[in-house]
Amino acid sequence: MKEVHIEVNNLTMAYDDFVIQQQLNFKIHKGDIFIVMGGNGCGKSTLLRHLLGLKKPAKGEIYYQNKNLWAISEAERKKIMRSNGVMYQSGALWSSLTLAENIALPLKEYTDLSDHEIQGLAYFKLALVGLVGFEEYYPSEISGGMKKRAGLARALALDPDILFFDEPSAGLDPVSAKLLDDLILSIQASLGATIVVVTHDLPSLFAIGTDAIFLDTMSKTLIAQGAPNDLLKNCPNPTVQQFLSRGMNE
Amino acid sequence: MKKCEFKLLIGEKNIAEAELQGDWLIGNVVPDIESVKQQLQQQNCTRLNLNSKQLGRWDSRLALFLFELEKYCKQKKIALDIHSLPTSVQGLLKQASAFPVRESGNKDKQESSFIASVGLVTLSIYNETQKMLTFVGEVCLSALRLMRGKACFRQRDLWLIMQECGPGALAIVTLISLLVGLILAFVGAMQLKIFGAQIYVANLVGLGMAREMGAMMTAIIMAGRTGAAFASQLGSMQVNEEIDALETLGISPIDFLVLPRMLALIIMLPLLCLYADFMGILGGLMVSVSLLDLTVVEYLIQTKSALDLNDFLTGLIKSSVFGVLVALSGCLSGMQCGRSSSSVGDAATAAVVAGIVSVVVADAILTVIYQIIDF
Ligand SMILES: Nc1ncnc2c1ncn2[C@@H]1O[C@H](COP(=O)(O)OP(=O)(O)O)[C@@H](O)[C@H]1O
Ligand SMILES: [Mg+2]
Repeated sequence: MKEVHIEVNNLTMAYDDFVIQQQLNFKIHKGDIFIVMGGNGCGKSTLLRHLLGLKKPAKGEIYYQNKNLWAISEAERKKIMRSNGVMYQSGALWSSLTLAENIALPLKEYTDLSDHEIQGLAYFKLALVGLVGFEEYYPSEISGGMKKRAGLARALALDPDILFFDEPSAGLDPVSAKLLDDLILSIQASLGATIVVVTHDLPSLFAIGTDAIFLDTMSKTLIAQGAPNDLLKNCPNPTVQQFLSRGMNE
Repeated sequence: MKKCEFKLLIGEKNIAEAELQGDWLIGNVVPDIESVKQQLQQQNCTRLNLNSKQLGRWDSRLALFLFELEKYCKQKKIALDIHSLPTSVQGLLKQASAFPVRESGNKDKQESSFIASVGLVTLSIYNETQKMLTFVGEVCLSALRLMRGKACFRQRDLWLIMQECGPGALAIVTLISLLVGLILAFVGAMQLKIFGAQIYVANLVGLGMAREMGAMMTAIIMAGRTGAAFASQLGSMQVNEEIDALETLGISPIDFLVLPRMLALIIMLPLLCLYADFMGILGGLMVSVSLLDLTVVEYLIQTKSALDLNDFLTGLIKSSVFGVLVALSGCLSGMQCGRSSSSVGDAATAAVVAGIVSVVVADAILTVIYQIIDF
């Protein structure tokens, strides 16, 4: 049995009194590529914010390797948060910094490497995602697909144990989406990091997912859990079937 | 953390063996790549085999070291054998060189000579002026469309903006102009007391506020408050491609966004100016009554005799001109905003600076003109 990386226990997410999802129970194992599925607005990004420790649960607990995220000290939580790499839905690159500076910023903040080494590392991370030659570009000067890849390079800056992606393939053409998937797979293979991906992109979730949950808007809770391919074959729930088989069966 | 080492052994036929030892982690001291390169250079190696039997923990630091080593070896045509490294390190290295390098990509930051930079600055001034005149022209065309009833904007927007830049600014205008009146009265009183002519404080404050300070102070407040707001509103719309979206629908962003803002400010600024005039006079009154032993009635009668309607009119004309200038500089900076969030900040700064400078310059010009035509 693989080690548990994150455990979510009876989580209820709410904005003020408005409950988004409730009674979520699931485990994310080390080295898995864990997919979060669900319709628009069902609370996937909100779940990500909870897992990242950006938002406090209305009810329930989130454990990182048996440490309750909201029962430990602020400093310890910060440390856990720092070992998370995130690629946000919109890229969220800092627009006043060049790509190289975007990656160098966390390194400058949290390591005591020399400027020369930081530059080298920034260059290396950009090479990993195929953006060598664009170090001096500002985010506004590159295309959407390149922004996503630069966001990935920044997420990798601090050698994270766990990587979060919010809709990585949204707004990308199929070829670029495939390229990004391959990139995620090969980086996962070499780093052995745990990866959590929010996505609706069917080809990509079948290609990379090793475990998944499905959040439902109507019942406001998790209605299926398992590897995406198994879910397609064995899940009796019609909502999940409809979601997963769109354009395949009909 | 175990010390990390790179042990280089040169064997026969210039084949080098290197052993990676210890924990290659960020934060650990890593062997200097330059000295490794030098050693390889001295020995004239043709082949380098890497071993990692004693490699401890590792992260990107190792990957970076190997990445640089690999680049060097490629350049010097040294065959690098990494097959005995952990497969994950090999994977990372392969990934890093998987994409073609874009050689001509990076922008060259060339130093330009003094003459060249003077030329560039001149050109940019020329370009800026041209852009500004184009913008003013477009606004005039749009104003013509408005008069013919063809400009398309939402009435609701106009009311909202008027509300925001008129009543919304009352508090700060009250505070500032009351204080300006107070200051004028105070400074004047010091001087006039010498001649026993305290009563003329009323003339000083009344004329000062009505002809000059009322219009000027409200314009400066509005440049800082509303001009900056206009610039950042339009600027962030530019960033979100909202303005492009308007244009593709065939709606002129000038009609839809700039015109209501211009109108609102041109209508509200004179009203605020009039209000500021009275507040200033009130400030003067407060000083005179409390410090100069004048009564309220004396002060008001003196003010009434000192001012006639023309004085208020000069201030009002000034303030409508200022309204145009503040709105123009705010909207111009907003519309020319770049595509990044930092350029929104630059646009707001530019709007305030341009607004205040143009207001003061216009004030000087108008004052001289009034003097000449004896208005
Ligand atoms: N900051 C917020 N305040 C209040 N409600 C929010 C906020 N952010 C998101 N929501 C609501 O939460 C729900 C889930 O949003 P989100 O997690 O972004 O969905 P998605 O699954 O598409 O990522 C939506 O109904 C949205 O309206
Ligand atoms: Mg979302």
